[in-house]
Amino acid sequence: MTSLPAPTSKKLGLVIDLDICVGCQACATSCKEWNTGGYSAPLSDHDPYGADPSGAWLNRVHSYEIGEGEDSRTLHFPRACMHCEEPDCVTVCPTGASYKRQEDGIVLVNPDTCIGCKLCSWACPYGAREYDHDDGVMKKCSLCVDRIYNDTLAESERIPACVRACPTGARAFGDLGDADSDVSKSVASRDGYGLLEDFGYKPVNKYLPPRPRRNSNIEAGTQASETIPAADNSATEKLFAWADRVLSR
Amino acid sequence: MLVVALALVTVGLLSSMLHLGHPERAHRAFSQWRSSWLSREGVAAILTYIPAGLMGLIWLFDWDTKSLPLLAILAALGASVTVYCTGMIYASLRTIRHWNLALVPVFYLAAAAATGTLLFLLILAIFDQVPLWVAISGVGSLFVALMIKRSYWYRIDRDKGNYTTAMALGIETEAKVRPLTPPHTMPNFVMREMGFRVGRKHATKLRRVTLACLFILPMLFVALAMTMSWAQPLYTLALISAAIGIIVERWLFFAEAEHVAMLYYGTDRA
Repeated sequence: MTSLPAPTSKKLGLVIDLDICVGCQACATSCKEWNTGGYSAPLSDHDPYGADPSGAWLNRVHSYEIGEGEDSRTLHFPRACMHCEEPDCVTVCPTGASYKRQEDGIVLVNPDTCIGCKLCSWACPYGAREYDHDDGVMKKCSLCVDRIYNDTLAESERIPACVRACPTGARAFGDLGDADSDVSKSVASRDGYGLLEDFGYKPVNKYLPPRPRRNSNIEAGTQASETIPAADNSATEKLFAWADRVLSR
Repeated sequence: MLVVALALVTVGLLSSMLHLGHPERAHRAFSQWRSSWLSREGVAAILTYIPAGLMGLIWLFDWDTKSLPLLAILAALGASVTVYCTGMIYASLRTIRHWNLALVPVFYLAAAAATGTLLFLLILAIFDQVPLWVAISGVGSLFVALMIKRSYWYRIDRDKGNYTTAMALGIETEAKVRPLTPPHTMPNFVMREMGFRVGRKHATKLRRVTLACLFILPMLFVALAMTMSWAQPLYTLALISAAIGIIVERWLFFAEAEHVAMLYYGTDRA
C-alpha cells in the first residue's frame, strides 16, 4: 500500500558529518558491493570498463568548491535516500511497490511488484532513486535492511555497509526518533539539518555542517609579516633574525 | 467514431504499458488509486471502457437506443476524468516547478478537447456531414488551448526557481558553489532521465513550431474548410498539423521541466 503508514516513533536513518567527510568514495563502493548481492540485487552496470560507463548506485559522493580563490573550501557531499517521513516517492507509486515500513520508517521498493514506471524518481528532490535497466525496476538505498537485522552477522557488522566502510567516521547510523540516541545527540549539539526541508517531505537523514575554519589565510599572512629584526649588529642577533625570517615563511 | 476512439484509447494504454520496465505487471498499477494519480489515470481509463463498450454493443446488435445519450455522457465524463488524472500526474510533482501548476491539468483537458474535435471533424467530413457548430467549436477549442498554453509559458518564464545549489546542500553561504569532482565520470540515470539537453537548447524554436502546428495552422485549415465544399483534405491537414504540434509540445513540456535534483549536478537554480 503506497499510502503512508501512521507515524511511528522509530526513525532509522543516517547522520553524515560534512566536517570530516574526505570524499574517498568508500561508502559508495562498499554500498555497491553489498547491495549488488543484497536486497536490491543486482545493481547492473552497463559498459563498466568502456567509454560510456553507467549503472545503478544507491549512494553518490559529490565534491563541491564553495567560494573562490584563497577563501574557497572543498565540501565532500554523500547523497542517498533520506528515508523521509512523508515522501512523495511512496505516494505516487501506482502499484504499492514503493513503500514505507511502519516498524522502523525505512523506505523500500519491492523488486517483485515494481513495474519500472520511474515516476518515484521524478518525485524525489534528492535524485536518490536510480533505475536498473537490466532488472527493469527502481533501485534505492535500503538502509542495508538485510544487514541491520541480520542475526548471521557479527553484532558489529549489523550497520549499513556505508557506515561500516567510512574510514573517518563521518557516517553514523541510529534511531533519529529517539532523542537519547547518539545520532540524535550529535544532531542536537552540531545543529544538524535535513536537506531541502521546504519540500515538507521531512527527511530523516541529517547532515552535520562543516565547522568554521580555524585559521584563515589572511591571519596566517599577517603573522608571517611580523618578523623580529636584529636588536643590534652582533652576529648572534643577526642569526636569530635570520632564523625568525626563515621560520616565519 | 466509437471504433476510432476505442482503438486510440487502446493504443494509448498499450504504448504506456510497453514503456514500463515490467509490462507484464501493469495490472498492479490499478491498485493504488487512493494516493497515486498514475493509478487513478489507469482506473479511470479502464472504467471508461464500460459505457463506451456498451455503446459499441448497442450499435452492433441494434438494441433499444434510449440509454445511448446517458452512456455517451458517461463515456465523455470518463475520458475527461482520465485526461485530468494524466495532467495531475505531472502537476502533483513538487520537484518540478514547471509542472507543479494548476494550469497543467487545465491545458491537458483543453488540448484533449481541441485535438479530439479535430479528429471528430475529419470523421464527420469523411461522411460529408459537418455541422457548422462543430467546426466553430473546433476553432474555439483550439483558441482556448492556445490562450492557456501562452499563459503557461508566461508563467514558467517568470519563475526563475526558488532553490539554489547551496540550498540543496544546506550550506549557508553567499559564495559561489560549483561542482569540483563529480560522483561519476559519465551521466547517470538521474541526469539522463531529467537532462533533455537538445530540447532545452532549442526551446524557443520548438515553441514556435508548437504555436504554428498545434494552434495557428489547424485554426486556419478549419476556418477555410467552413467556407469550402471541398473540405476533407483541409480537415486532414488540420489533424496532421495538430498531431505534429502535440508531439513537439509533449517534448517541450518535458524538455523545459527542470528537476530540483539537478542542483546537485551543476544547475544553478531550480
